[in-house]
Amino acid sequence: MASKIGFIGVAAAALALSACQNQDGGNSANGGARDQIRAVGSSTVYPFTTVVAEQFARKNPGFKAPIVESTGTGAGMKLFCAGVGAQHPDIENASRRIKKSELDDCVKNGVKDIVEVQIGIDGIVLAESKTGPQFKLTEADIYKAVAAEPYGKPNTAKTWKDVNPALPATRIVVYGPPPTSGTRDAFAELILDKGCNADPATAALKKTDEDKHKAICTKVREDGAYVESGENDNLIVQKLVANPDAVGIFGYSFLEENVDKVRGVAIQNVVPTYDTIASYEYPGARPLYIYVKSAHLNAIKGLKEFVQEYAGAWNKGGYLSRRGLIAAPDDVRAANLTIAQKLTPLDPATIK
Amino acid sequence: MNSRIPNPVAQLDMPGAAESAVRRPTDWKSGAMQSRVRRRYAAERRFRFLGLTAVLLSVAFLTFLLVTMIGNGIRGFTRTEIRLPIDFPASTLILDPAALRGPEADRALAGADLEGVAAAAADTAFGQGGNRLLSDGAWIAVRQAIKADPSILGRKADIWVPASTGIDLAAKSEAAAADEAAHARLEQAGAVRTGLNLGFLTAADSTDPTLVGIWGALKGSLLTMVVTLLLAFPIGVLSALYLEEYAPRNRWTDLIEVSINNLAAVPSIIFGLLGLAVFLNFMHLPRSAPVVGGLTLALMTMPVIVIAGRNAIKSVPPSIRDAALGIGASRVQVVFHHVLPLALPGILTGTIIGMARALGETAPLLMIGMRAFISSPPSGLTEPATVLPVQIFLWSDEVNRGFVEKTSAAIVVLLLFLLAMNGLAIYLRNKFETRW
Repeated sequence: MASKIGFIGVAAAALALSACQNQDGGNSANGGARDQIRAVGSSTVYPFTTVVAEQFARKNPGFKAPIVESTGTGAGMKLFCAGVGAQHPDIENASRRIKKSELDDCVKNGVKDIVEVQIGIDGIVLAESKTGPQFKLTEADIYKAVAAEPYGKPNTAKTWKDVNPALPATRIVVYGPPPTSGTRDAFAELILDKGCNADPATAALKKTDEDKHKAICTKVREDGAYVESGENDNLIVQKLVANPDAVGIFGYSFLEENVDKVRGVAIQNVVPTYDTIASYEYPGARPLYIYVKSAHLNAIKGLKEFVQEYAGAWNKGGYLSRRGLIAAPDDVRAANLTIAQKLTPLDPATIK
Repeated sequence: MNSRIPNPVAQLDMPGAAESAVRRPTDWKSGAMQSRVRRRYAAERRFRFLGLTAVLLSVAFLTFLLVTMIGNGIRGFTRTEIRLPIDFPASTLILDPAALRGPEADRALAGADLEGVAAAAADTAFGQGGNRLLSDGAWIAVRQAIKADPSILGRKADIWVPASTGIDLAAKSEAAAADEAAHARLEQAGAVRTGLNLGFLTAADSTDPTLVGIWGALKGSLLTMVVTLLLAFPIGVLSALYLEEYAPRNRWTDLIEVSINNLAAVPSIIFGLLGLAVFLNFMHLPRSAPVVGGLTLALMTMPVIVIAGRNAIKSVPPSIRDAALGIGASRVQVVFHHVLPLALPGILTGTIIGMARALGETAPLLMIGMRAFISSPPSGLTEPATVLPVQIFLWSDEVNRGFVEKTSAAIVVLLLFLLAMNGLAIYLRNKFETRW
């Protein structure tokens, strides 16, 4: 009996010891200020923030390298808005503007002031293999080809010719991101929604039944014509090379990196290039943002300098543009440079 | 075989055997018997053939995996370098060689525009746009060269710097036409070489494939595994010992057994959610830290060790316990002097399986933030870190094409780590193994 109790004692002591050790570890990391910057958020902004983080660490040996985590914009916002303090991130990478509900959540948790900086523009491009049929599509064509219920009727289109008689009679195969991806949200918002509203009756539906309008406009078909290819855009490029009749959807940086394999598909007769995206002429263009907590600016070492480094890198010809970021128009850039220098907080009234 | 000992086969052979008291000897030469024997041999051969096919199939899969991974990955361990002639006295660089010998060397170098100097040198050496042939981190090689030998600041020097991804790809496989042409020109001038990439084994993550290293992720994996082993092994072994040697057999112990078996089968992502809720949100441990990863994976590994441990302890013959008790050993002495050493090989096997699973796990670690971009190797258990499988996952998703071979190289490193870990465990197992 005594041995039994002894045994339990040993086990309990081992448990207590390990728990104790961990708590110590936790305290040392959480108690004081964190000595490196933490960023979370969009996988689209991730490659840009990591480059800036790397350059920042190289140029400033006094600061530790920032930690950048790719969680997706929505999940990142949750982490970012969870509160003020060393255990919460300082920067949120966002591939869209912050939503009213997220801002409310922030304020509720004590994150009162945040700085919004637009870092540049990203393009969501449709692309095909270099040996492909040189598609020329309109937003309505794309919508009719991939929507689950174009204009409220089940989608029966098998080939591009069914969608638009001017197009070739090749089977519709579109490789694109899954619903969890920010790229997919942007694709639905920037391209499908516009194609959908090309029909006046459906456009009118938005006023009467918004939920139904959203379902009709953004739901993508699930009968095999639209192939969800995961978050891995390299995979989509490989698939396009293997299947020249297919169309892929991904970020502009992947198109730029693989120009020897794939080419952009013209939408409304606009070919995706650096210039057409920068001027928002190409329909797939969207702005990218970072959000910075004002309360952390003084508490976290190097945070101000990091924002400056970002602002210095987003110009035309800067190292971010070599990674595929498209510089915003001059006036937008100038305005955001001022924000980055003065660190002016975002005016909540501008968020819908 | 012609003995008179009744055997079932012989009896089946003779339908009339029940009536006749004296059994006739089996006629092995008869046609029916011959074909029966043939069938038996055929079944034997068939079974051996199927078994061999199964083994060969798995060997083929493994070989295919290893050959493709090593074939792609071996290039990830090399890098292409370009000879960059820099005329330091003529450059815009103003550095006092004396300052570089002192402790302030890093600060002095940080203030110098080495990036600009390297770019300018590349433009003069390889013509306009020569800078694009170099890696973004080429100036780091220049910095190291100056630090190693400050006297080169007074003369012209040739420094080997990493080439851009395009040139690297052109040197190893195929790349865009422009890069191929540039590489051919460099090769003609003898200004390019491909060699072992030591940086890959010593650096951490980077956004530039010519500068990335696996050491950060490898160290993260090591630290995480150490925490996992330190927690899961003792707790698992103690639970197994208690349940087998001490616990009374009743409804409660049955319930515990069922729970542990269930726990071992729970999908790993659930443990990630548990880790997020308990260690991060409740205990406020630091995000992305190896200690949290280790704790989470320990929860996952422990049931495997308990189950394997219980089976190993069960297979220790009761006679050994009885003998030890018989000569007056206490229960604890029986357990620690006899049962545990004999069961240890089996427990270690279970531990290997559990740890190997933990090493390859990504899902639970994504939940607790170990998928971050971290450009310096972790220096402690609470420092942000990532692990090998997550690093592979992150690289596979990178835009730059230079990351393809780095991903394969990282897989090779992961396989080697696994091999080393299993090798160690097998060595320990053989060392402790007792045969009787």
